[in-house]
Amino acid sequence: MNIGYYPGCALHGSSDDYEESLRACLKTLDVKLQEIDEWICCGATAAHSLNQKLSIALPARNLALAERGGFGEILAPCPMCSMQLIKAQKALAGNEGLRREMSGIVELEVRGTTRVLNLIQVFGQIGLDRLKAALKSPLKSLSAACYYGCLLTRPPDVVEFDDCEQPHSMEAILTALGAKTVDWSYRTECCGGGMTMASEETVLDLSHKILSNAAAHGANCLVVACPMCHVNLDMKQPDIERRYGVRHGMVIYYLSDVVGMALGLPESALGINRHFVGKA
Amino acid sequence: MSRIGVFICWCGENIARTVDVDVVAQEVSKFPGVRCAMNYKYMCSDPGQALVREKIVAEKLDSVVIASCSPHMHLKTFRRAAQLAGLNPYKVEMANIREHCSWVHHDRAKATAKAASLIRLSAEKARLDHELQPIRVPVTRRALVIGGGVAGIQAALDIADAGYEVVMVERNPSIGGKMAGLSETFPTLDCSQCILTPRMVEVGQHPRIKLYSYSEVESVEGYIGNFTITIRQKARYVDISKCTGCGDCWSVCPLKRNKSEFDYGMGVRASIYVPFPQAVPARPVIDAKTCAKIIRNGCGLCEKKCKAGAINFQDTDKLVEEKVGAVVVATGYKLYDIGEKQDKASLAGYGEYGYGKYKDVIDSLQFERLLSASGPTNGVLKRPSDGTEPKNVVFISCVGSRDNAKGLPYCSKICCMYTAKHAMLYKHKVHDGQAHVFYMDIRAGGKGYEEFVRRAIEQDGAKYYRGRVSKITQEDGKLVVRGADTLAGVPITVEADLVVLAAAMRPADGVAELAQKLNVGYDEFGFLLESHPKLRPVETNAAGVFVCGACQAPKDIPESVAQASAAASKVAVTFAADELMREPEIAGINEQTCVACYACLRACPYHAIEQAEVRTPRGVFVKHTARVNPGLCMGCGTCVAVCPSKSADLEGFTEQQIYAMVESLV
Amino acid sequence: MAAQMDIAPNRLIRLLQLGREREALDAQSIWQCVSCQTCATRCPKSVNCAGIMDALRQLSMEEGRVSPAQRRVMLFQKAFLDNIRRNGRLYELELIVQFKLAGFMHDRRFSLLFKDATLAPKLNKRKKLHLRGKKVRDRAVLRRIFARSMDNS
Repeated sequence: MNIGYYPGCALHGSSDDYEESLRACLKTLDVKLQEIDEWICCGATAAHSLNQKLSIALPARNLALAERGGFGEILAPCPMCSMQLIKAQKALAGNEGLRREMSGIVELEVRGTTRVLNLIQVFGQIGLDRLKAALKSPLKSLSAACYYGCLLTRPPDVVEFDDCEQPHSMEAILTALGAKTVDWSYRTECCGGGMTMASEETVLDLSHKILSNAAAHGANCLVVACPMCHVNLDMKQPDIERRYGVRHGMVIYYLSDVVGMALGLPESALGINRHFVGKA
Repeated sequence: MSRIGVFICWCGENIARTVDVDVVAQEVSKFPGVRCAMNYKYMCSDPGQALVREKIVAEKLDSVVIASCSPHMHLKTFRRAAQLAGLNPYKVEMANIREHCSWVHHDRAKATAKAASLIRLSAEKARLDHELQPIRVPVTRRALVIGGGVAGIQAALDIADAGYEVVMVERNPSIGGKMAGLSETFPTLDCSQCILTPRMVEVGQHPRIKLYSYSEVESVEGYIGNFTITIRQKARYVDISKCTGCGDCWSVCPLKRNKSEFDYGMGVRASIYVPFPQAVPARPVIDAKTCAKIIRNGCGLCEKKCKAGAINFQDTDKLVEEKVGAVVVATGYKLYDIGEKQDKASLAGYGEYGYGKYKDVIDSLQFERLLSASGPTNGVLKRPSDGTEPKNVVFISCVGSRDNAKGLPYCSKICCMYTAKHAMLYKHKVHDGQAHVFYMDIRAGGKGYEEFVRRAIEQDGAKYYRGRVSKITQEDGKLVVRGADTLAGVPITVEADLVVLAAAMRPADGVAELAQKLNVGYDEFGFLLESHPKLRPVETNAAGVFVCGACQAPKDIPESVAQASAAASKVAVTFAADELMREPEIAGINEQTCVACYACLRACPYHAIEQAEVRTPRGVFVKHTARVNPGLCMGCGTCVAVCPSKSADLEGFTEQQIYAMVESLV
Repeated sequence: MAAQMDIAPNRLIRLLQLGREREALDAQSIWQCVSCQTCATRCPKSVNCAGIMDALRQLSMEEGRVSPAQRRVMLFQKAFLDNIRRNGRLYELELIVQFKLAGFMHDRRFSLLFKDATLAPKLNKRKKLHLRGKKVRDRAVLRRIFARSMDNS
């Protein structure tokens, strides 16, 4: 399977362990990722918070680059990127005036024809049956709390993925790979997103609640598919423990980490040793 | 030569302010065929009508044009006046110089000229009007009532007590509808079954009511006064005439844990069952989907045990024909299926409340069954999950109602009242319990309703929070309900043992198909359409078909009962005359020129055209032809438009008349 | 976040309905909002509350009315955008330095400058500290895209 690849700033920055993980995992499954040449930042929270036009223009440039590269589908593993790209793609596909305006602003013709996928959808395209067939080490020791965060399933009319109140796509993958998943109450509650530096207290408060609830429901790890969630739950976990005087000790896996482990890849190949919180 | 009289009304200021009635009268008197033209301040008044009658006689008028308001207002008035003066009422035409002229234009000169033109058209039409006689149609003085809930029961009893036979069709094994499953009713807190079951028994025993239970309407043919209804009696597998209702069968049935429909899944029943003890008829039915004998020829214990020999596993559906003269539709409602797969994608939602995921999140009808003394827990309030007594119950209003994004935009009307009732009944059962109600508004407009809600708050201590619930999760066996109170501007979190969702009220399943069989309109939500929302709430645009109860719009029991009696009175009006009169302005086919292509038959929306044969007096076949059924035709004119041989024409609006009208202006 | 907000989202929208935009623009809420999109997802009237918060943020910035207590949040977003404009992709180290300096200039507290200083070696140990990332070749186009988008025409 060949697919265009839009890493986004986080996966080439301090969250490049996510890229390491998904590249290793997808390679084992014969998925070829072709990075879009000259991609730029999608604008993230800053663009949509401060300038509406920019929040469409930056993704529009990336969509134009994807179209120029001949990609019908692209993988954007960061849900902020994928949500912004899908939002722009839908707006452009439905409005000729907007297409003309944006094509002028970004200096490339953009048609809004690219389909943007998240990592869970790529695993979905590969198929649970193929994953089960390639299973080498069932994840028997995991009692996983699957954490979706905000932008994988919201806004539902934009991303049109899974159920925004009771999602189940990650649990399906984990169950197929032999893991136990727990039912818990904070699966789609926000971790604070990109506010890690801008408003640290908010992030610590929200992420502490998430970690506490996962533990209360019997989880021994969280599985995430978002680099910002990972930072807030993993890198900031020591700060959370200090602030609230608790010991969480909760390992935060990327989805590609657990799939990779199930397929027999060593933790070092998946970048799991680069996390802040390791196994107890 | 025609002798047309033109009467121009001032309608006080409504017409005369914009149209110069004197000038119009002068203009109009010059039109060919006009014998006299005059104007008067209020044509529809007694002196106005007297004027018309006098002129008809004095000037020997053979047709009359009234230039005034819309014919919707007073066409009947003037036709009656003409008839009293000895003129055929169908020689009366109305020119609408109010709604079509004085009310929509400002330029006096142009409006006056237009009024004259409008009268010209009517005069041309009047010249070519035929004298017509109303069509007389016999009437079968029997009524069909579809639906055996409280509305259907009330209508049936009223019609039967008025002396007419009633055929009642109910698709469940027993009549009683939703009301039979309620615990107590607002605002009196009467026991619902106690007030309903006497009526149910009356229906079951009434000499003039023929009850088809566990049956559905299969097809409807005919027209007002003359309907032929085909009813499908579904196979009960129990012969009601032999069964004594002793109960041996269901006590011996080994499959006792099917989800009970009557308890909305809160309780269980056997595969052979009577839905509730007070059922009418109090006879069991076998659920073919779960019965072991029917599925794989096993068991059969009930048949062996039955001393009356009433079990019949060879039973099949039967089709029965009944002839009636009027139909009352009282098919009632169902609750919005929270979070389930919906018939429309836009209705799916409310996953955040966990209905279907958490056992202790239930809807309002399920709560009624838990409250009911004859319910699955005998009126003891127990949590579905562990059977313990709930000490904190949260009631959430407007689940699926007033929701444009993922639900229905309308208000379901009854939920504010029954939620207050639920809070009160809960407190009466669990004295140390606390009710929490999350609401957006309180709608309590009926008699004693506002006071009833205040009682729940002030006497029974229900806590009312003005705000919605955002999410329900489960921690340590308790349901964590997170909402808000916008009056105080604070978030509210309640740890509840039980959550009751007030789901929206929707029309019952299958109502769209039934409406199509009856030619009754329905809106985008499936509610049946009344003829006029203010003045004709129980009639439909299908003559002889009436509606009552929640199938027309969300409403409570007093309103349903009132509407049912209203529908019954309309039926009585229909049956009052020996014959029904239909307007004669219907289509007719010239059988000499008809080529029997039957384009008209296919086009007719009322199925009023039949294939027929022209034969000699001795019965020799001459030709095929199309023929209009005068009882069904509604005079829409579609057949006239499609007929390729110009054989179809419309009485009261013939092709000749239309050409004459158009040419008079060109 | 509503529990921490000075003016809850429903009240912000009510202020707008009443024509009292000034008070809405001055609110802390619009900068406390984390853009989780839950509001727009749940609203029974399909009001795009998340979009309204975006619009209020943009307007409050343009009118220079950002709530003083939340200025830091705005400074972060501004620094982020400046970073993208210059580099095409996020250059994390530069952002951290720029943000800390801007924050220090704003409230003169040294604590912000040295906060998380111990994070650098921890990130480095995990090979997450990138002194320079892969650059976009054509960075001039970014400046033009920004100029065209933000020219308010």
